Amino acid sequence: MTPTDTRNPIVVTTERVGRAAVAGIEEIGMGAMMVVESFYWLIFGRREKQAVRLGAIAEQCMAIGIQAVPIIALLAATIGMMLAIQGIHTLRIFGAESRVTVGISFSVVREFAPLITGIVIAGRSGSALAARIGTMKINQEVDALYVMGINPVRFLVVPAMVAMLIMVPALTLFSDFVGLFFAGVYVNLDLGISLAAYMDQTIELLSVDDLMHGLGKSVIFSILIAVIGVVNGASVQGGAEGVGKATTRAVVQSISAIIVTDMLFAFVVTR
Amino acid sequence: MKHEVKDVGGSVVIAFEGDVDLQTSPKAREALLATVGQGKPVVVDLAKVGYIDSSGVASLVEALQTAKKGGQTLALAAVSEGALRVLKLARLDAVFAIHGSVDDAV
Amino acid sequence: MTETAQTSPRSVIEVRDLVTHYGDRMILKGISMDVHADEVMVIMGGSGSGKSTLLRHLMALEHHTSGTMRILGEDIDKLSGVELVELRQKLGVAFQGGALFSSMTVGENVMLPLFEHTGLDRKTMEIMARMKLEVVSLGGFENLMPSELSGGMIKRAAFARAIVMDPKILFCDEPSAGLDPVVASALDDLILLLRDALGMTVVVVTHELESAFKIADRITILDRGEILFIGTPDELRADPSERIQNLLNRVAEDDTMDADAYLNRLTGEQPAYRPL
Repeated sequence: MTPTDTRNPIVVTTERVGRAAVAGIEEIGMGAMMVVESFYWLIFGRREKQAVRLGAIAEQCMAIGIQAVPIIALLAATIGMMLAIQGIHTLRIFGAESRVTVGISFSVVREFAPLITGIVIAGRSGSALAARIGTMKINQEVDALYVMGINPVRFLVVPAMVAMLIMVPALTLFSDFVGLFFAGVYVNLDLGISLAAYMDQTIELLSVDDLMHGLGKSVIFSILIAVIGVVNGASVQGGAEGVGKATTRAVVQSISAIIVTDMLFAFVVTR
Repeated sequence: MKHEVKDVGGSVVIAFEGDVDLQTSPKAREALLATVGQGKPVVVDLAKVGYIDSSGVASLVEALQTAKKGGQTLALAAVSEGALRVLKLARLDAVFAIHGSVDDAV
Repeated sequence: MTETAQTSPRSVIEVRDLVTHYGDRMILKGISMDVHADEVMVIMGGSGSGKSTLLRHLMALEHHTSGTMRILGEDIDKLSGVELVELRQKLGVAFQGGALFSSMTVGENVMLPLFEHTGLDRKTMEIMARMKLEVVSLGGFENLMPSELSGGMIKRAAFARAIVMDPKILFCDEPSAGLDPVVASALDDLILLLRDALGMTVVVVTHELESAFKIADRITILDRGEILFIGTPDELRADPSERIQNLLNRVAEDDTMDADAYLNRLTGEQPAYRPL
């Protein structure tokens, strides 16, 4: 490893912590720059003769969004039923099983749908983005883009970021419906409340605000996933092993960021 | 880049003048395809062409293919040395009928 | 060309006192060199000599610490983003590993610069791409993916992509590295053919002496970030300097050794260089 350091261990530790902190701040700064730059190219790309291609965005939407529909449907359905099972179990203590709809509808729309969608997309597409950009970097493909006069942020990052911004909220809305529906199916089977009555109750309970709370979060998640994927991919060093590390890091970081942001958002908005 | 189209004998002669490059070749392509569209044998006069890049050559290739499909001929005349080198590089000298001057080609 | 009027008319690249750093370490220590129009300039040097760094700077991929660099008469430091993109359309680069985009077919790879920078008809772009693939003897391969090609084919496809816009300057990074001698020699022929037929200036970075002598009009030799030699292959052979003769005869060079510093390096008392 590093040459033996004969200095005071406290000094060494402090230095290490300091360096890690600086590196962390640097990465956050890089991420912020990436967001700014992406929006710059999206808005002014045409003026710089580098318009963002709609085809590339559509392709990314397909890869990030449409192909994730089956897995998100499966998980949203599972979560919906899980909430119904736990809700009924808990409320049975008070003999208030029929009120389970309240818990289900708020939990799905405000928390679980955005969270599960964000986590799946982080695992599926955030990692793929980091791996793709990392591989392109070590294969000199990013350099090749530069020398061809093609800005890599415009060419690689913007389509992925825009696709995330469109698809993550869209998929969140989708998992709202799937989650609520399958929760309803379970409620119907267990408590004998008809699906129509369950739906009526859900619609009555939920306001536009609740929906926007979930969707608002999913917009933030989408930017987090894209930026964390890109920053990790762009800082890949040292061949194929580096790509693997960056990919893992991207997934862990984006899932952590999603969960922490989720709590902060809920805290700020509900107060 | 300018071009001029005139009938000589039974053929249409299209003469280009100036450089054919990325900026001008779309116009050259349009003119070539329009000339081929007249249905007569075509001669492309390159005597006054200074520089022709691969987009210009590509337009010539497309025009030749279109002409052949219509049972017409398309010949090149007065090809400059530089243009000939570009044609030879892609072995297109074997594909085009190349003549020393328009008179030979007609 | 009007754009080269302000510099010497024969130079397409002018480097003056170029100093570059990687972190704290100085890589190029004040390099001055010219590349003339229509010549094949070969840049040589051992690993760590700075030849790859010089190439990256010539392609305007890195920022230098001091000095000036003019490419096709344009001062790199004074160009706006759009102007730099316009300049880049006149430069072609064949990377060492090809750097083909793995998600696109060979044909799409070759067509990409046209697609991004020109308003040409798709049909014209396709014919152009196929023509360039013919030039590098890859006719009919446009629908394959890069992963389906061999190493030599990937390099040739990279050449096709580099020349698709008919660049004024073609940069080649280690064209023969990792290829068997026959394929490598064919690539050398290709470089000469492109120079002759398309009137390009070619800058090649290589460590293959044989290839350098075959294709070079002039050779630049870098050593530890400084220029050791610039001249024709004949001048190089005739050069009396011991370092150059060692290089030509592949004699490994001994550093004059500082025993104390060496001991310190081995025992780790004095780390030679610590990356941040």
